[in-house]
Amino acid sequence: MSIEFEAPKPITQMQFMLKTVAEEMMRSRSRYFDEHEHEIPWDYIEFMHTAMKAMGVGSLAPNEKGNGHGDGSQEKKDKRPSIAYQVLASQIEMLAWGDVGMYLVTPGGGLGAAAVQAAGTPEQKAKFLARFGEEKPTLAAMCMTEAGAGSDTASIRTRAILDENTKEWILNGEKIFATSGDKALTEYEKLGKGFIVVWASIDPSAGRAGMRAFVVEAGTPGVRVAKLERKLGIRVSDTAAISLVDARVPYDHILGSPAVEKTTTGFKGAMATFDATRPLVAASGLGVARAALEFLKEKLAENGVQIRYGLPRQKLTSIERDVIDMEVMLKSAWLMVIKAVWMADNKKPNVLESSMSKVKAGDVGTKITQKVVEILGPLGYSREFLAEKWFRDAKITDIYEGTGQINRLVVARQILGYSGKELR
Amino acid sequence: MYSFEPTEEQQMLVEAVGKYAGNDLRTAAREAEEGGELPKKLIGKGWEIGLLQASIPEAYGGFGERSAVTGVLAVEEMTFGDLAGTLAVMTPSLFATPILLAGSEEQKQTYLPKVIEGEWSPYTAALIEYAFDFDPNALKTAATLNGEEYVLDGEKAFVPFANNAETILVYANLDGRTQGFIVPKNSAGLTISDEREKLMSLNALPLYRVHLDNVKVPASNRLGGASGHDFEPILASMRIAAAAAAVGVANAAFEYARDYAKEREAFGVKIAQKQAIAFMLAEMRTEIEASRLLTWEAAWKMDTGKEDAFTEAYLAFTGAADMVMMVTDRAVQILGGHGYIREHLVEMWMREGRGFAMFTGLAIV
Repeated sequence: MSIEFEAPKPITQMQFMLKTVAEEMMRSRSRYFDEHEHEIPWDYIEFMHTAMKAMGVGSLAPNEKGNGHGDGSQEKKDKRPSIAYQVLASQIEMLAWGDVGMYLVTPGGGLGAAAVQAAGTPEQKAKFLARFGEEKPTLAAMCMTEAGAGSDTASIRTRAILDENTKEWILNGEKIFATSGDKALTEYEKLGKGFIVVWASIDPSAGRAGMRAFVVEAGTPGVRVAKLERKLGIRVSDTAAISLVDARVPYDHILGSPAVEKTTTGFKGAMATFDATRPLVAASGLGVARAALEFLKEKLAENGVQIRYGLPRQKLTSIERDVIDMEVMLKSAWLMVIKAVWMADNKKPNVLESSMSKVKAGDVGTKITQKVVEILGPLGYSREFLAEKWFRDAKITDIYEGTGQINRLVVARQILGYSGKELR
Repeated sequence: MYSFEPTEEQQMLVEAVGKYAGNDLRTAAREAEEGGELPKKLIGKGWEIGLLQASIPEAYGGFGERSAVTGVLAVEEMTFGDLAGTLAVMTPSLFATPILLAGSEEQKQTYLPKVIEGEWSPYTAALIEYAFDFDPNALKTAATLNGEEYVLDGEKAFVPFANNAETILVYANLDGRTQGFIVPKNSAGLTISDEREKLMSLNALPLYRVHLDNVKVPASNRLGGASGHDFEPILASMRIAAAAAAVGVANAAFEYARDYAKEREAFGVKIAQKQAIAFMLAEMRTEIEASRLLTWEAAWKMDTGKEDAFTEAYLAFTGAADMVMMVTDRAVQILGGHGYIREHLVEMWMREGRGFAMFTGLAIV
């Protein structure tokens, strides 16, 4: 081993192709879909599905090998470590550079599949994940948040009760903020049959230990999209409220073990999903930030403003200082993402690095896009260009998949060696 | 490939440095700072670890090869112990590393073995000048060619161990380019201030003002020989070293504050159990990691000769200088009133934290 920063060849080769996709399929339509919220970018969805099938990848969800929370003891020394997560983070960054909202509409399992990956049995993985490689593009969604349970996921009120006669789970509750919930549930002609992963309690008296994830197939009676949110940004991605009224789900759709244990394994399954996906969300935020910073530098260059790297601060203009500071932020944040996914690929526990990368990317994404709009003045503020859209899009990075504050809490517990009880 | 694991050799080196930093440097830091002196034995012990020696090829008396990455790892670890002590131990590098990087074959043969064979001796370098907008690429100290000689005129600041230095590598402005000149201690017109520099920190490190009044050196004393040298790699190596040192100091302050916060009680709980404190610590740790990785990457780019290595070194330095100020300030804040008292080291780290913006030239890897 040694310290190296050379992007692996498969990544650099792929980036070239993805950049074209980002420009041709995403950027060119960014403004249209921002202004036509809830329209579906079918061209992009179908193109990506065809392209990914041609490349032999069923979805952007990490595959079995790339799963980031094994203990690594099984890994044979002579085997080349996987770079699946590194590839994924780089892909996501580039697609988000194109349009982060549209990246979220990329067919594949998304967070729903990630949850199956993290908490499901091998049989469940086989059963639920196969669809993403089939004929039609297919999406899945994660339903965790409720009106009364955002970051505080332990207070989820959705219930799952076992019908002893039919051996079915009966789900009741209201979920909100499900990314792609509409495309996962509504049976569009152009889409394959998706599913949502619903987090519900099988024993409210058990607190977190009673929390389980259920795969709920599209078309399940009693499940419906109650509302599509209208948002500050990432408007091309649907954010759904989903209502479950006596929704019956087969017994084996509970991810992992159905037994209520004294421990909080089920809940930890959900959290493990986030350990794996946080650096990926961070990567998407950094893609937006890079788009904004590159646009700024382009505009500055057009106007004859050069950035004189290497000068002491005392000799720099305010704009130069800002640009240089933003480059520091962006580059270092990206390295934190790469380190976190490299650890995942190498089966090293990465809770700390994964959360730090998200904290940093949340900060950097908002700071850079806000500063870029400021420096660009009326050009930044005008809807003629995309800078103002990136400002709106970037903000979500600091909110979803654990707000910046929740991730600070995770980081703090890690560095202090505290439990959730010791540091609330 | 991406990889974040030092080689076994690097790990062994870092471990040795870490022991010295923790057992020796850190223990001596407060007394050295207050008394204005680092024990000779202490510096000698650090020198024996052989950081510089291991970066110089056998042909010139060393036993290894220079690697900026290794240098960065070592500096980060040593400054975790104490910054002034680290700079003292590494002062001879200020002279030797630029010669290794940019010197003529003759200069390498002449000087490198002398510096690294045997005990630590004060070979040093003079880059910084006493101006608010000091710019290493626009020096006020001037060099002019006069026949077979260069004539140097100007004033240098913050020169470590200049009073005892055998030879000083002086950087001067030659037709708009920063060039190094090897100046022996008994050169006519070279005077070292009687008084040491008095700074906000680094009291343990003897720093001097150096005056050059019509100092003549043979043309062959120009670093790199007759055609001179490129200053960029030297400057970048200085910036990376400063960035690594900033990471080390920041990490020292962070760990100290973290441990304190886990001990100190208020309102019936440890103060680390309060989000106000815990979040500060989380952000400190996050920013340290950000700077560390950028510094590592810059060093790696230097080692592999990447096109943007110098820019990256500048960015890493800029980021680290901001980061270390933020982290050390917060460390004092977390200790509250106790942080302000000179019993704890955090106040010293905070003073050092402000200095990194102007420390380019005090260390090189």
